[in-house]
Order: sequence, then structure tokens, then C-alpha cells
Amino acid sequence: MAWIDVCGSDDLQPDSGVCALVAGQQVALFYLPEEGTVYAIHNYDPFGNANVLSRGLIGDINGQPVVASPLYKQHFNLETGVCLEDETVQIPVYKVQIDGARVKVNSEASS
Amino acid sequence: MKQTLVVIGNGMVGQNFLAGLAASSAKENYDIVTFCEEPRAAYDRVHLSEFFTGKTAADLSLVEDGFFTANGITIHLGDRAATIDRELKTVTSAKGITVSYDKLVLATGSYPFVPPVPGHDRPQCLVYRTIEDLEAMQAAAKTGKIGTVVGGGLLGLEAAKALRDLGLQTHIVEFAPRLMAVQVDEAGGVMLRRKIEALGVTVHTGKNTSLITDGETCVNKMCFADGEELETDVVLFSAGIRPRDDIARGCGLEVGQRGGIVIDNQCKTSDPAIYAIGECALWNGMIYGLVAPGYAMARTVVADLNGEAASFNGADMSTKLKLMGVDVASIGDAHAKTQGAMVYTYQNGASEVYKRLVVSQDKKQLLGAVLVGDASGYGTLLQYCLNGIELPENPDALILPHRSDESVGLGPDALPAAAQICSCYDVSKGVVCAAVEAGCTTVNALKAETKAGTGCGGCVPLLKSVLNSELAKQGYEVNTDLCEHFPYTRQDLYNLIRVEEIKTFAELLEKHGKGRGCEVCKPTVGSILASHWNEYILKTEHLGLQDTNDTFLANMQKDGTYSVVPRITGGEIRPDMLIALGQVGKKYNLYTKITGGQRVDLFGARVDQLPAIWKELIDAGFESGHAYGKSLRTVKSCVGSTWCRYGVDDSVGLAIALENRYKGLRSPHKIKFAVSGCTRECAEAQGKDVGVIATENGWNLYVCGNGGMKPRHADLFATGLDKATLIKYIDRFLSFYVRTADRLQRTSVWMENMEGGLDYLKSVVIDDKLGLCGQLEQQMQYVIDTYQCEWKTTIEDDSKLKRFRHFINSDQPDDNVVFVEERGQIRPAVAGDERKHFTLVEVA
Ligand SMILES: Cc1cc2nc3c(=O)[nH]c(=O)nc-3n(C[C@H](O)[C@H](O)[C@H](O)COP(=O)(O)OP(=O)(O)OC[C@H]3O[C@@H](n4cnc5c(N)ncnc54)[C@H](O)[C@@H]3O)c2cc1C
Ligand code: SF4
Ligand code: SF4
Repeated sequence: MAWIDVCGSDDLQPDSGVCALVAGQQVALFYLPEEGTVYAIHNYDPFGNANVLSRGLIGDINGQPVVASPLYKQHFNLETGVCLEDETVQIPVYKVQIDGARVKVNSEASS
Repeated sequence: MKQTLVVIGNGMVGQNFLAGLAASSAKENYDIVTFCEEPRAAYDRVHLSEFFTGKTAADLSLVEDGFFTANGITIHLGDRAATIDRELKTVTSAKGITVSYDKLVLATGSYPFVPPVPGHDRPQCLVYRTIEDLEAMQAAAKTGKIGTVVGGGLLGLEAAKALRDLGLQTHIVEFAPRLMAVQVDEAGGVMLRRKIEALGVTVHTGKNTSLITDGETCVNKMCFADGEELETDVVLFSAGIRPRDDIARGCGLEVGQRGGIVIDNQCKTSDPAIYAIGECALWNGMIYGLVAPGYAMARTVVADLNGEAASFNGADMSTKLKLMGVDVASIGDAHAKTQGAMVYTYQNGASEVYKRLVVSQDKKQLLGAVLVGDASGYGTLLQYCLNGIELPENPDALILPHRSDESVGLGPDALPAAAQICSCYDVSKGVVCAAVEAGCTTVNALKAETKAGTGCGGCVPLLKSVLNSELAKQGYEVNTDLCEHFPYTRQDLYNLIRVEEIKTFAELLEKHGKGRGCEVCKPTVGSILASHWNEYILKTEHLGLQDTNDTFLANMQKDGTYSVVPRITGGEIRPDMLIALGQVGKKYNLYTKITGGQRVDLFGARVDQLPAIWKELIDAGFESGHAYGKSLRTVKSCVGSTWCRYGVDDSVGLAIALENRYKGLRSPHKIKFAVSGCTRECAEAQGKDVGVIATENGWNLYVCGNGGMKPRHADLFATGLDKATLIKYIDRFLSFYVRTADRLQRTSVWMENMEGGLDYLKSVVIDDKLGLCGQLEQQMQYVIDTYQCEWKTTIEDDSKLKRFRHFINSDQPDDNVVFVEERGQIRPAVAGDERKHFTLVEVA
């Protein structure tokens, strides 16, 4: 369990995503200012085989927070990493802490 | 041995008969010959007026390609049958061809009645029946200023509208004290007159023309019995029709006192070997001047020839006027002539609506109706009348305005399967339902499959409601909500944003939606906000709404890299600019390709390279090409009159002007234009959303074409335009599209789904039927005035540039992006290429 300081909270994009390098892994960070939440999932889209999820649109489907892949639009649950279109596919998710003006990500995938 | 069947007349009914016969088994028994007096085979007279709005003779044709050959039918075009010898059973034509017959069908139609007023045959005294008549009108309108229609019936009104659209000051002269005297009662006539006058047509009723003579300021002068006079260039007679029974008289067949070939219930004339159908036939003392009864007669004869029992028992004469903006309809016994009939009327002078219901004594059956100003109830009322459906307890509810939510319309479920939906083509509800069952899910598909709605078009609303009700029954959800977050259509959202001046997604969601939004509603709203307010799309409050490509102002490719497309207006580029482009491509090692829209696409740029690439492009004089947006893409052009030997006008110059005018406009889907310098059409303008072609008389405008997955030939929208008018029409067209289309709906589909289609679109954009044109132009001007190159804004704002890095906390690039070389350029590596291996963290 290692909490790694990745960026300032003002580096996050409200209602959108950025990608951070966390201990050699690409992690997509999504910031929802309304709820004060930051979600972190791996940046790799297993369908399109490219590191692009941080550039997807976020929203909710039936109450679940999701990101839609910018390539072929599959949805991934931001809390669990499970793909809504194909539940056998799951991508890693990470824990995030907002510590004052800093954002910290736990480098160990939590699912 | 085969017998010979001869059909005289290849008009609407004659052709309908041939088509019916060809599809039946009786076809095998006959050699079929037809005489067609006109120079072309049957065409759609009902939609004849559309000839003036761009339809060609070919568009109006009722004959499928190769129909005659495929069915072994001999047609003598441009040859009139002159005589019939009933003893020898032969027909001889004007050109001298003689054919023997076993069965003969007369489908000679009718001719326009021209009152024998002295001077009726003067120059520019015309009638309205054939394509040649329309060509004569067009020619006369070129030199004349004033046109007058004699006769204020259904057809006269249509003719008056045509004269007005040809640019003439138009008058209607009617003998009776009101317009459409046959269909409409007096009070309705008053309302109708106001409507017609509002179209800019002057109406003179109770006028008896006594002489037509030399005019002083015009070609002709009409003198009336009351001493008044009217100067006019064109005189168009539309004073009724007379059956063409001369050939029948010539061979001694029985004809009516006032004309018409007498037929029985099997449509047989007084000679059992000869039938008569259509407007030349007199049944029970009646001539039917509408196409549907003629088709019913044609069906009767086909059945009779097949040895099936069939009988023509009269037909319904309900009608609805086809004029845009003038709603008039008449159903059944409009004048309450039935014994004991009772009448309800509703009149609203302020909104110019007049409605009248004629019901039976026991108030249970609808006998007739007159609707002026609001004919929306036509379909429902006609169904009550035709199917004898019992009326609601208070029949007047059917014509009173709805003040509460209760619906008095006749739901499609209330109709029996045998109910006739389309009277022109006799299509029953049962047939429509079967077609839906077989997979038709749109009105257009139903039209193609069943022909319903392709005649006068009056039944289209009813057809649509039957369709929706059937789809709902089959479990299709006819849900038009954009997504789970907004119970609205895109058009609704546009109006909310416009009317309530909403400027952000958050505000719209709070007022009208729920949840957080999704990848359907966010880009849709982002696009509407951009179309309407035209703010910088990467502003913090808009950034999260943008679709894949818009978020980084570039087109994402399959490996997550981007392609870059600077604007090259009209496809014109100076050599030094081309060199600059080449240098950027070389420096960043980008794959370079020419696009279909006459520009250059640079592929393989990593997100972190985009700002540097754009800085160099902007310094070299380029601006964003918006290739990433649902917005105006390109205006393709041919080289035009500047260089081309055939060029009529400067297509490149116009293309550049148009592209600069509309660049940056965000829309429901991408928009493509093209401009050709002459009708050789090298720029393929007729495959574009907006296409312009130069002609000797000015620019011709085409709209709603499409290439891509579902190609569609564009429709001719307006001809002979000067540049200012052209731009005005395009402004309105685009604004209207942006306002009313569905999300991701190209102009082609938008128009095809629009009720009233091309004609409606023209009435909105050209005639300003909705009174919206001012607003539409203003909106477009606003967008033009607030244009910015999004890339210029972006590279000048450091806070925006922060996002253009692969990692927010490192300058490393994405190590998963790997290229290999092919044909001397880069391409993304694929499985099997030797590439650096990338490991994804194992999923626990
Ligand atoms: C402008 C206009 C608008 C109309 N709008 C409507 C409408 O909205 N709804 C509606 O129901 N009806 C409408 N009508 C009427 C409709 O067009 C007619 O009812 C229909 O065309 C009748 O068909 P027909 O075959 O009997 O006659 P026609 O279509 O006139 O065909 C008769 C053909 O026979 C040819 N012919 C005649 N004699 C000979 C001969 N001896 N030898 C060879 N050929 C011959 C004629 O040249 C003609 O081509 C409209 C008509 C016009 C002109
Ligand atoms: S469309 Fe006409 S003007 Fe343009 S290149 Fe072709 S031939 Fe020349
Ligand atoms: S046609 Fe298909 S493969 Fe070609 S660019 Fe368009 S979407 Fe891509």
C-alpha cells in the first residue's frame, strides 16, 4: 500500500479526465466537483488496445458513475472498473485521497 | 389463341389499368396495345404543379422503367386514336395505324372547358392540364407581369398559386359568388377568400367575362358583364372539365346529355366489348373529376377481365386542397342535402377557422364536413364518414377547439381493418398493418411498400398514427427521449436553451434533467450550446461535454494518436502554404494523405505534440479545419470559369466565400458543401448537404444530398439565384437544420423525415411560412460574427495547454504508441509487427 502524490487538485479537470503516471502505471483521474469525488481507473482501453480512457466522457447510466471509451464507446463503471457491455471485462481501479491541495493515488489496484 | 386488348389513352387511369392488368393473370390472355396521344407516357397530373418547383417530366412519370417491354405492351406514343369501327372491331389512329381489338378500354380523360367568350383564343390564353400547358405558362410568365385565372374551383386555386409562384401579380375571376362553390358553403367561402388573398392573390367573385381583347398596358384585357375591366397578360382558363367522348360519339356509343361515355357497374359501355374508365366515363349521371374513382373503375375492369365479380358503385368525392398554408377540405355531403341532415358550425373569425359538420337526423352518422383554416381533422372525420363509425355523444366536440386534455381524435385502433386509409390508392388499414408487420418501420417505407400516402398526401398523418400504434403493439418503444437524463428531443432542448437563455449544461440539467448526464446528452447539449451561443468549446464549463475529437480539437485515430487537418478553403492553396504543410509533416514525422474534401490530413500526432504542431501551422497562416467537429467541414469546388473552358461562373471564389462564412458552425452532424462551375458538375455538388451549380441564369441550389454510407442525390431547391439570395437561402436552411434536426441526423435524413418534405422546407425557407426567416438569418449572422479559430485561442492560453500532455505529472509520452514504416511513411504498429511489448497490470 503506497500512497503516491501525483498532482495538485487544480491540475484535475472538472467533469472531465486527466492521466497520471503512478509508479509506472497509467491512471485516469476523473474529477466530479459537484460531488467532490475523484475516481481513478487504469487508462488502458482493452477493446481499442490504447491508453485513452482518461479522454472519455463521464456520466451515469442507471445511477452508476461511468466513463465511455472515446474509441468505441464501451462504458466502464468508475467504482468497480467493470464494463457495462461485457461484465467479464474489468479494469483496475485505484483509491484516491485529496490531501489539501494535493491529490494522492494508491498505487495498488484495489479490485 | 391470345385476344387483343386495346387501351385508348395512357393517362393516370389508363396506366393504372395497365399496371393492374399486368399484375393479374388475365394478362396471359391478351396482346395489349395502347394509344397515347401525348408525347410521353403517363405522368402524375395530381402533382403537376410540382413541375414549377423543380420536378422534371421524368420525376412525374408514373411508368416504371421498362414497364411496357417487360409486359409485352405495345405503346404508340404521340399517336391519337381517331376512329373506332365497332363492326370490324378496329381502331385507327391519326397516324394511320389500324389495330383489331377483341376488348377495348377507353381512358381518354377530359379536357379543360374554355368558355366560348369572344377572344378566348387570343395569345397567352392558356389552360392547365398537361406538361406542355405548363411550359407555355412558364414562357408566358417570362414576359408578362399580370396573370388571371378564370375559375375559382379547386384546380383554379392551384393554378393561381402557380402563377403567383411564377412571379406574376395574380387574379382569380369566378362566376359564382364564392370560391370553391362546389365544395364549400358560403361562410366557409368567406374565410377561404381571406386566406387566398393573404397569399397575395386578388379575388373577383360574381364576375361574368364577356370579352377578351387587346390590352392597353398588358397583352390582354378582360371585360366583364358589369362593365368593369381587368388588364392581364396571361389568361388561364380553369372553368371545369369536359369528358373526351368524341371518339365514342363517332362510333355511336351511348353518351350522356351533357357529355360522358355512359357505363354500367362493370364499367361497360353500351357495347359490351368496350369499357370506359376515368374522367371520360359517366356513371349514374356522374363524372368523377378525381383520380381515386378512376382507379376504382380500373380495378373493376381488371377484375371483370379476370372473370371475377366486381362492381363500381360510385365513389367518395371528399377532397383536401394541396396548397401550402391554405387548409381547405370538404367531405361527403358538405351542403347538407340529405333528408333530415343536421348541421353544426364553428367559426373563429380571429384565427380564420371555419368548420361545419353535417350529421344524420339521429346524430349517429357523419354525412359530410367542411373545414377551412384548420383541416387537421380531415383524416379522422373522413374515417367516421367512410366507415360509418358511430359518432360520439356530442358530435360538435369533433370541431370545437380542444380546451382540455381529452382527445376526441379517432385513435387508429378504433378503425376496422377494412377501413380505407389512402383513398387515392385504396389502401386499407389491414394492408398497412401487414406491411408494418413485414418490417416497415417508417412512413417512407410504408409509402414505398403500399403506395399509401403517395397520391394527394392527405392521409399521411393518419398513416403515421397507424404506424406508431402498430409499432407500439409490436413492442417497439416509440420513445423520443434523448436519453435517461432528459425526457426531451434534441429539438425540444434547443428551444429550451434558446427561449430560457440557458448557457451551460449544468443549468439545463438542473432545470430540465436528472443525474449526471452521459455520452449521448453531453455532446448533444454541448453542440446546441455551441450552435446557439458559439462560445469557445474548451471553456471549463463546456470542456466535459465535448465528444472524443472535440476535446482535443483533433481526430482521434485507432491507437489514440490524432490527425490534424488545417482549413484549405475551397481546396485552393498557395505553393508556399503547401510547402509549410509539408515541412510540418516532415518535422513531426506525420503520415500525410489528401482527403476527399480537398485538403491535407496529417496523422500520427501524439496529444502532447498537438499544440506545437498547431503553433507552426498558425504561424504559417493556417487555421483550424474543424475536421474534428460536427460542423461545417469543406466546401469542395471545381476550378470553374477562371480556368476551365466550360466554366460559367467562378466556383472557386464562391466556394471560398461560403466556407469562410460558415466555418466553425456547430450542427447536429457534419455538413459538406460543393460548388461546380457549370452543369458538368465536376465538384459533385449533388452529393452534398448543400450543393451549388453555376448556370447561365445564375446559381442553382441543391440541398440534402449525401455521400457516405447511405448516398442520396440532392434535391433542387431553387434556381437562377444571385449570390445575395443564394446566401440568404443557405443561411436560413442551415439555421433551420441546426434548430430542428435530431442528434447525429444528416440533412438528408432530416428532410426525409420532415412532414411535408422538400415542399415544406421550401415553404419555410423561401416563402417564410413560419415567419421565422428573420430569426434564422439573425442567428446565422451571430455565429458568423463570433467566429474564432479554436486552435489560435487554445495556443494563446497556457491554462488550456496544460491538458495537452499525456501525463499530468510527467513529460513522458505514451509508450504504447508505436509506429512502423510502410510505403515510406509511418503507420500504427499492429499485432504481428515487431513492437515494444506493453504489459497491462493483471486484473486481480
Ligand atoms: C393540375 C391538376 C391537379 C389535380 N389535382 C388532383 C387532386 O389533388 N386529386 C385528384 O384526385 N385529382 C386531381 N386532378 C385530376 C386528376 O389528374 C384526374 O382525375 C386524372 O388525371 C384522370 O385520369 P384519366 O386517365 O381519366 O385522364 P388523363 O390523366 O387526362 O388521361 C387521359 C389521356 O388520354 C389521352 N387521350 C385522350 N384521347 C385520346 C385518344 N383518342 N387517343 C389517344 N390518347 C388519348 C390524353 O391525351 C391523356 O393523356 C388534378 C388534375 C390537374 C390537371
Ligand atoms: S463543372 Fe464545369 S466549370 Fe467546373 S471543372 Fe467541370 S466543366 Fe469546368
Ligand atoms: S470509410 Fe470507414 S475506414 Fe474509411 S475513414 Fe471512413 S470510417 Fe474510417
